[in-house]
Amino acid sequence: MSKRIDVSDLHVYYGDFLAVEDVNITLDAKSVTAFIGPSGCGKSTFLRTLNRMHEVIPGARVEGKVLLDGDNLYSDGVDPVTVRSQIGMVFQRPNPFPTMSIRDNVLAGVKLNSRRISKSDADALVESSLSSANLWNEVKDRLDKPGSGLSGGQQQRLCIARAIAVSPDVILMDEPCSALDPISTLAIEDLINELKDQYTVVIVTHNMQQAARVSDKTAFFNIAGTGKPGKLIEFAETATIFNNPGEKSTEDYVSGRFG
Amino acid sequence: MSNTKLARRAGTGRTGDQVFSGAALGAGVLIVAILFAVAMFLVIQALPTFTAPRSESTGGEGFFAYIFPIVIGTLIAAMIALIIATPIGVAVALFISHYAPRSLAKGMGYVVDLLAAIPSVIYGAWGASFLASSLKGPYQWLAENLGWIPIFAGPASGTGKTILTAGIVLAVMVLPIIASLTREIFLQAPMLHQEAALALGATRWEMIRMAVLPFARGGIISAVMLGLGRALGETLAVALVLSSGPLIASWIRSGNQTIAAEIALNFPEAFGLRMHELIAAGLVLFLITLLVNVVARWIISRHKEFSGAN
Ligand SMILES: Nc1ncnc2c1ncn2[C@@H]1O[C@H](COP(=O)(O)OP(=O)(O)O)[C@@H](O)[C@H]1O
Ligand SMILES: [Mg+2]
Repeated sequence: MSKRIDVSDLHVYYGDFLAVEDVNITLDAKSVTAFIGPSGCGKSTFLRTLNRMHEVIPGARVEGKVLLDGDNLYSDGVDPVTVRSQIGMVFQRPNPFPTMSIRDNVLAGVKLNSRRISKSDADALVESSLSSANLWNEVKDRLDKPGSGLSGGQQQRLCIARAIAVSPDVILMDEPCSALDPISTLAIEDLINELKDQYTVVIVTHNMQQAARVSDKTAFFNIAGTGKPGKLIEFAETATIFNNPGEKSTEDYVSGRFG
Repeated sequence: MSNTKLARRAGTGRTGDQVFSGAALGAGVLIVAILFAVAMFLVIQALPTFTAPRSESTGGEGFFAYIFPIVIGTLIAAMIALIIATPIGVAVALFISHYAPRSLAKGMGYVVDLLAAIPSVIYGAWGASFLASSLKGPYQWLAENLGWIPIFAGPASGTGKTILTAGIVLAVMVLPIIASLTREIFLQAPMLHQEAALALGATRWEMIRMAVLPFARGGIISAVMLGLGRALGETLAVALVLSSGPLIASWIRSGNQTIAAEIALNFPEAFGLRMHELIAAGLVLFLITLLVNVVARWIISRHKEFSGAN
């Protein structure tokens, strides 16, 4: 399943500090949206509000609405735990659980909420998730070994397998390749291209070629100066952002003139 | 000019390194040497006990008949202490590290650290004067209602000074040790993995089970072992709280004894063979502690591959 996200009038605060100001954006289902922009402009902050992961940070809060196919994630009575099980996240540094085997890592999300799953279903799910993450052939003979024994790129694909094993509607990725070598990066980019057939994918990247390669639409965020809030400057088809941007600052950024 | 400056600076650095590595090595050797000296002292001083005729030992049936009941008493008291203190200590630590709001957590952290620093004679006095008498009623109830379980067999002690009371006092004493050490470990659990769990839709408790407790496993075992060390070796509190006697199964009657309290209570008047006997008892306690630590190391190392250290 894949769902659309509509964000309206979203402000994000850390305590009294307004980190991201007034974002309005629609992220289409079954597509890849890239967030680009200079460091500190609030890409990660904004991304984390899409599955309420910002609430992990004390003092972080939002104003505004985030609709997942029309349902506001921030309505009263919405449980962030449920939100996160529908909107998965992949982090900058690969973070498979070091105390779990590869197999248990894939099943980690599925076994939550004391859900029971038969061994054959679990085996099938492990294989399909790892296959979707293009990792199955590399690890099928060592499923019981710890996930931390894999290379960085493999670990990141394991994290993607773990995220898709719970069949989320949306997958958020925060600079998933920035800790990886070029070959592993290409493997993840290929994977992102395949994932959009089934999921809504949102990826933060500081690598503009990467945004150009993997995304359908691109959002450019910018910040006026330190201490100022980050803003969504421009959001359009990726080709438009890179070839024919509407804003001067977008053009400066994508042409490498700053940032 | 600049050359000599450079040379001197490099020289100083190296001296510092040498001093430090020498000091570290010296300290390491010293610890091993002290441990060895203690062990040797105990063995040599204990030897006469094993060569003396059986009839001259306390109780008249040889050292092992003498020591066996108090070893069991020691283990029972320590076990009661750990069974009570481990879950509570870990729960308190988790509350401080992962549930309490930050201001409350800080205050509670101080209180726990403070509790760990209270001298044992105070715990002992509290146990003997207050806790024992307030437990008389509950013991009576246990004897009447659960008396068919051997450990609760009556008649309940009239003073409340039983092995169970001693175990509870020991639990109160080791609880802050366990809580304060495990809290440190829980605070060090990597945010990276805690976020991974939360992002999968884990509740806070599920996150703790996935990303905090497995990481803290070795640390919890170490903390419990340190607590066990204190419980095994604690003298004063047990000496004050327990009205000792021969080994009995019931935890709510007076009776039983621990090695540390046995030594402390008898040593001042001991001379000759009796003194060697008590030192031999000390040797046994030393061996038990050593064994406990070896087992703990082994448990921790068994899970190295999945420890998160790689
Ligand atoms: N945990 C936090 N507490 C307070 N401020 C934060 C925190 N994380 C990020 N910020 C601030 O929010 C702004 C946006 O940061 P971030 O979202 O990390 O930017 P980006 O991901 O685009 O580099 C920055 O000014 C940063 O200092
Ligand atoms: Mg970031």
